[in-house]
Amino acid sequence: MPTETKTASHYVEKPQTLAALREGIAAGRVKAVDLAHAYYARIDAKNPALNVYLSATRERALAQAARIDELAAKGDPLPALAGAPMGIKDVLVMQGAPSTAGSKMLKGYEPPYDCTAVTRLEAAGAVLLGKVNCDEFAMGSSNENSAYGPVRNPVDTERVPGGSSGGSAAAVAANLAVATLGTDTGGSIRQPASFCGVVGVLPTWGRVSRYGLIAFASSLDRIGPFAGNVRDAATVLGAIAGHDTKDATSSAAPVEDYAAESDKPAAGLRIGVPEEYFSEGLDAEVRAAIEKGIAALEAAGCAVKKISLPHTKYAVPTYYLAATAEASANLARFDGVRYGYRSARAGTLAEMYSRSRDEGFGAEVKRRIFLGTYALSAGYYDAYYRKAQQVRRILAEEFLRAFAEVDAIVTPTSPFPAFRIREKTGDPLSMYLADIYTVTASLAGICGVTTPCGTTQAGLPVGMQVLARHMGESTAFRVARAVESAEI
Amino acid sequence: MAEKVTVKDVERVAELAHLELAPEEIEPMLRDLNAILDYVAELSQIDTTGVEPLAQVSELESEAIAETRADRQETSLARSTVMQQAPETDGAFFKVPKVIER
Repeated sequence: MPTETKTASHYVEKPQTLAALREGIAAGRVKAVDLAHAYYARIDAKNPALNVYLSATRERALAQAARIDELAAKGDPLPALAGAPMGIKDVLVMQGAPSTAGSKMLKGYEPPYDCTAVTRLEAAGAVLLGKVNCDEFAMGSSNENSAYGPVRNPVDTERVPGGSSGGSAAAVAANLAVATLGTDTGGSIRQPASFCGVVGVLPTWGRVSRYGLIAFASSLDRIGPFAGNVRDAATVLGAIAGHDTKDATSSAAPVEDYAAESDKPAAGLRIGVPEEYFSEGLDAEVRAAIEKGIAALEAAGCAVKKISLPHTKYAVPTYYLAATAEASANLARFDGVRYGYRSARAGTLAEMYSRSRDEGFGAEVKRRIFLGTYALSAGYYDAYYRKAQQVRRILAEEFLRAFAEVDAIVTPTSPFPAFRIREKTGDPLSMYLADIYTVTASLAGICGVTTPCGTTQAGLPVGMQVLARHMGESTAFRVARAVESAEI
Repeated sequence: MAEKVTVKDVERVAELAHLELAPEEIEPMLRDLNAILDYVAELSQIDTTGVEPLAQVSELESEAIAETRADRQETSLARSTVMQQAPETDGAFFKVPKVIER
């Protein structure tokens, strides 16, 4: 780098690490306010082509940036995310900011409170630029189910960014934010992170409070970060993790210093490679890239062994029964009474409920409500819902047994790289099968990190999924760092 | 397990879910539900005799979910704040179409 004065635009041109930004602000080389303005200018230029941001929270972001600049001017120590421009998935509520969940049902809805993860990010100094696009109510694997149009993959704009947190992944990939929050119910952080070539984290179920998350399937929903590198993702997780009295399902397990833990070498860790994730249906180029990643782990001193998770193929049907059943209950709250969309063509109360829901929800959301309601209805409960819950225990225990022998499990994050827009929209089942490698960890409640692991010949990113046991985030980060530093 | 969903089933589910489908939505819904249910039927291959259902995973985590908070009165959102988001309100209550015909 030449020695000219570093301006905000310098910091924006090339993605910076959180630590470099914080250091730049602390040393007075860049102001958080200028940085926020520079990011907004970048968003204004690039958003029309990518459709990442649905709304900007400019006033709030600039006020927060000014607070950070004041701290820096006084020479006070800066918090971990000081000045970091971040985007928030639109299923996470922010007070007074439109929070649509990608649905017409919540068009214009301005929540009266903040999501705990949002509160914690701001307490850690982050500058929240706005709300980013996603599949409607986080239901989808391509971000084509948003009522506000699809997000485009910055790597190849003819392709999907993955879903449902497609906007969160694309924002980091296009450097329209340094880091973002997304949510993952069946793969919605990991799959888009892999499609866009960024890092995504699935925290252990209960690790991050879900207060203020517009619920999809509560036994599966998690909030987690996206970032350009593993250490930054670990830093953001450290800021949002921990018990919250507003979410009774949040865990009291101590929050480790994930960023520092991620600095530890992976040598000596035992890595399992499950054969079921490398069978029929895996793209040959994805396989080759992941095999290089595994070789890099061996070279880093990890003990790699083949393992078997024989019930893996039952995870997608189990997931779609469990998740849709829960969704049918969670989405019952959208009835046109207290907030959100109300149909104009309703004479009676029953018509008002029914028509508001038909007009407010998109096709995939309705499909899932119908499937879930059917699976829970009299006469079908045992065959579908109860059966799925039983298989869920078998799948979870299979992971627990595997983690008695290995510290982490590595797999491809997705069986194929980013597919073309409209390639799978005609066939819901083929879209569901895109989640084949991610729904297993969702059902078991374990944690994972996806990190870029090479590209295909066409230049499409491939992601490696590193899974670890409940509350094993530090281990997953260490392994992901080893893959990242191998520069595959 | 893989029974065929019928138009009647779809109408029954629509009623349960308070979600009226437009006439042109019924046929695609029928087709998709049948395809998905055919696919999930493969779960019947697994013998789950004696397996306890697992509804959520907190029991598998070694660190238990935190103890419950103290039960004490706290202020909640102001009515005026909440009512700003209501599709129809008189300021104090949510207004809905008539429930009982006189």
